[in-house]
Amino acid sequence: MSETALKKVTEYTPEEVEKVSNWINTEDYKEKNFAREALVINPAHACQPLGAQMVATSFEGSLPFVHGSQGCASYFRSTFSRHYREPAAATCDAMTEDGAVFGGQNNLFEGLENAYTLYKPKMMPVYTTCMPEVIGDDLTAFIKNAKQKGHIPEDLPVPYANTPSFNGTHIHGYDAMLKSILAYLTKGQKIEGKCTGKLNLIPGFDGNVGNIREYKRILDLFEIPYTVLADSSDVFDSGCDGHYELYSGGTKLEDAAESINGKATISMQKFSSVTTMKWIDENFSGVNEVMPMPFGVAKTDAFILKLSELFDKPVPEALKKERALAVDAMTDAHQYLHGKKFAVYGDPDYVIGIISFLLEMGARPWHVVISRGTKKVKKEIEAVLETSMYGEGCTVHVNKDLWHMRSLLMTDPVEGMIGDTHGKFAARDAKIPLFRIGFPIIDRVNLHRNPVVGYQGAITMLTMIANKFLDIKDETCEDQWFEMMR
Amino acid sequence: MEQSKKMRQIAIYGKGGIGKSTTTQNTVAGLASLGKKVMIIGCDPKADSTRLILHAKAQETVMDKVRELGTVEDLELDDVLKWGYGDVKCVESGGPEPGVGCAGRGVITAINFLEEEGAYTEDLDFVFYDVLGDVVCGGFAMPIRENKAEEIYIVVSGEMMAMYAANNISKGILKYSSSGNVRLAGLICNSRNTDREADLITALAERLGTQMIHFVPRDNQVQRAELRRMTVIEYSPEHKQANEYRTLAQKINDNKMFVVPTPLEMEELEELLMEFGIMEVDDEENVGKAENA
Repeated sequence: MSETALKKVTEYTPEEVEKVSNWINTEDYKEKNFAREALVINPAHACQPLGAQMVATSFEGSLPFVHGSQGCASYFRSTFSRHYREPAAATCDAMTEDGAVFGGQNNLFEGLENAYTLYKPKMMPVYTTCMPEVIGDDLTAFIKNAKQKGHIPEDLPVPYANTPSFNGTHIHGYDAMLKSILAYLTKGQKIEGKCTGKLNLIPGFDGNVGNIREYKRILDLFEIPYTVLADSSDVFDSGCDGHYELYSGGTKLEDAAESINGKATISMQKFSSVTTMKWIDENFSGVNEVMPMPFGVAKTDAFILKLSELFDKPVPEALKKERALAVDAMTDAHQYLHGKKFAVYGDPDYVIGIISFLLEMGARPWHVVISRGTKKVKKEIEAVLETSMYGEGCTVHVNKDLWHMRSLLMTDPVEGMIGDTHGKFAARDAKIPLFRIGFPIIDRVNLHRNPVVGYQGAITMLTMIANKFLDIKDETCEDQWFEMMR
Repeated sequence: MEQSKKMRQIAIYGKGGIGKSTTTQNTVAGLASLGKKVMIIGCDPKADSTRLILHAKAQETVMDKVRELGTVEDLELDDVLKWGYGDVKCVESGGPEPGVGCAGRGVITAINFLEEEGAYTEDLDFVFYDVLGDVVCGGFAMPIRENKAEEIYIVVSGEMMAMYAANNISKGILKYSSSGNVRLAGLICNSRNTDREADLITALAERLGTQMIHFVPRDNQVQRAELRRMTVIEYSPEHKQANEYRTLAQKINDNKMFVVPTPLEMEELEELLMEFGIMEVDDEENVGKAENA
C-alpha cells in the first residue's frame, strides 16, 4: 500500500474533520464544486417514469404498468406513498437478465395478462424504465401482439410512453404519458362542429392535490364546466372510511375522450406539457392556452381574466373578495418578507411561480437552481426576474444540484430556502428555514393538501413564511428584544 | 404528377462489407438526379453513409455533437444536418467508440432527436436509412418501427455468407411485419462476379417471395469515384455504371412489390446453394475432415 492510501474514517482526528468541514464552506471549495462535471449530488428532480405514473394513475379505473425493472417500480410507488401518505398502486413486468438479452415481450405479455385478470382495470397505461429503452423494445409491436395473442382484450385501452430515466426528468415523463393517453382515448372521437362547451384543464406535474382542488373551486365559482386532464386529487387523497378502494377518483375515460371537442384547453404548467400542448394544438377543436402557474396575485389575476375572456363570463364576486383579502394579507405581512433573500429550487414551472410571488412581496430571490433544464428554462426565469427591481442580483443555475446549492448558501447567505424535502440538508447546514413547496415532501404532513396557487395559496404561503421568521426571532432574540407584539 | 405525395421511408440492410453505403449513396444520387428530394440517415457507428454525397471524410455525427455538448437537449438540427449533392439531406447517427457503451441506443437517440426537431419535412420524397450490417439488437431495428421505414431492400451478392445474412434479415422482417407495415421490397445484387450470380439471387428472391430488383455489375469505376469521395453519378454521369444506378433508382421509384417475406430453413438454403454449385454436395461423413486426412 502506498503512503497516500485512504485513511479509515475512524483514523481522522477531530481537528482534521473540523478543518475539512470548514473548508467545504469556503469560496475555494465552491469553485471546485462548480467545476464538477461528471457527478450529480442530490439532484432536485426525479426520473421520467415517475412522472408518467402520476398521469397513468390519475384516470378512472386506470392501473399503471411499468415495463422494466422491479426496483424502479418500487421507487416510484414508495416516493408517491411517502409524499401523499396514501397507497400508490402500480404493476410491473419485472424484467430480469433474460429479458435484457431477448427483449421484454414475454414479460409484457404475462404481466399484462396477470394484472388484467387480477385487477380488472379500465385502462393500463404502459411506461418504461431504462432497461427496455436501452435494448430498444418496440412497444407498439409488443402491445399489438399482446392483443392479437389474446393476453388482454382487443378493446382495453393500453396507451404507452417511452420514458427512459436517463433522459429528461419526471416532468417530461408526465408530458409523454399524458399525450399518449389523450391520443389513445380521443382517437376517432372528434366531431366537426361539435363543442361540449367544456374547459380542459391540465394541471401539469403537481404534487399538491390542494392546487388541483383550488382550480376546480375557481371553475365552480365561475360555473364553467370542466374536465381536469388528469385529476390526481381524489386518487392520492381519498379519505379514510374503513374501505380500501383500488381505483379511487381520477378523470373519467369518457370525459377524456370527449375532451377533443372541448371549448378550450388550458395548461397550468408550460414546461411539463410541451409535447402534449403541441399535439393538442394540432388535434383539438377549441382554443388552447398555456398559463404560468397562478402563484401570487398577478399570475392568479392572469388566470382568472383568461377564464373570464374564454368563457365570456364576469369574474365572480366571491373571487374579487378573495383577491382583496389576499392583497390585504400581503400588505399586513410584507414587512416580514420585504428585502429578505431566498434560495429557490425545483421544477421550472413551480420555480417561476414562487419567484414571481416573492417579487410581489418585495422579497429577493437570490439563488435559483434547476437541476435539469435547458437554456430556454434559464431565459424564461431570468425574464421573470427582470420584471422587478427585487430580481436584481439573483443568479440562475441550470443543471446544478443541491450540493452546488449548499456552496451558494455557505458563501453568499440568504434568509430562507423554498423547495422540496431534498433541500433540508443544505438548509440545516446554512441554519436557515426550508419552506416546503414542491415534490416530494416526505418529512412534513399535510402540506400537499394546502393549495399554494390562487389568492388562497398566496395567503397560505405568506402566512407560512412570515410566521416562521417571527418564530425564529422569538426563539433566538436576546431577552430585551423579546416582545409581546411583532 | 403525383396525387398526394407521401414520403417513402426505406431501410437498406445487408451483410457487413457488402456495399450498402456505396449502393445507397449511388442510388440516392440517382433519385436526386431524377429530381427527387431525399434524406439519408446513417445508422452505423462507423458513420460512412454520407461521405460520397458530402465529399467529406466523415460527417460530424449526432453522437459526436452530443458527446461534445454533454447533452442531447441543447443540440440543434443545423449542427448535424448537412446538404450534399443534389440537395440530399445527410445525417449520421454515429455512436460510441468500439467496445464501449451502446450503439443501438445511439440510433434510437438520434432518430428521436431528428423527429422532435422536425428533420422529416413534408417536401421529402424519400428517406433512406443505411443500417449497420445486421439487425443485432432492438436499437438497429428502430428504423423499421411503426411510422418509420416500411420498405426494406437487402443488399446481397452470390457469396454464401451474404445470402445467409439476407435470409436472417428476412426473418427479422417477418417478425416485424406481423405487427406493423414493414415489408421486404427486394434484393439488390451487388455483384462479386461469382458464378451464375444473377440466377442464384433471382432464385433466392423467389424463395423469399420477393424480387431481385436490380443486378448491379461490378465495375472499378465505383472505386475510382470513391477515391474522389463521389458517387459514380456525380463523378462520371455518362459512364455505364452511372446508368446502372439510375436504373436501380428508377426501379425503386416505380416499385410496387412489397411482401411479407418467406424466409428459408437452413437446409433449404443449403440445398439452394448446392443446386447452384456454391456449396458442394458432400458426404456427411467427410464433414470436419482435413484435406489430407
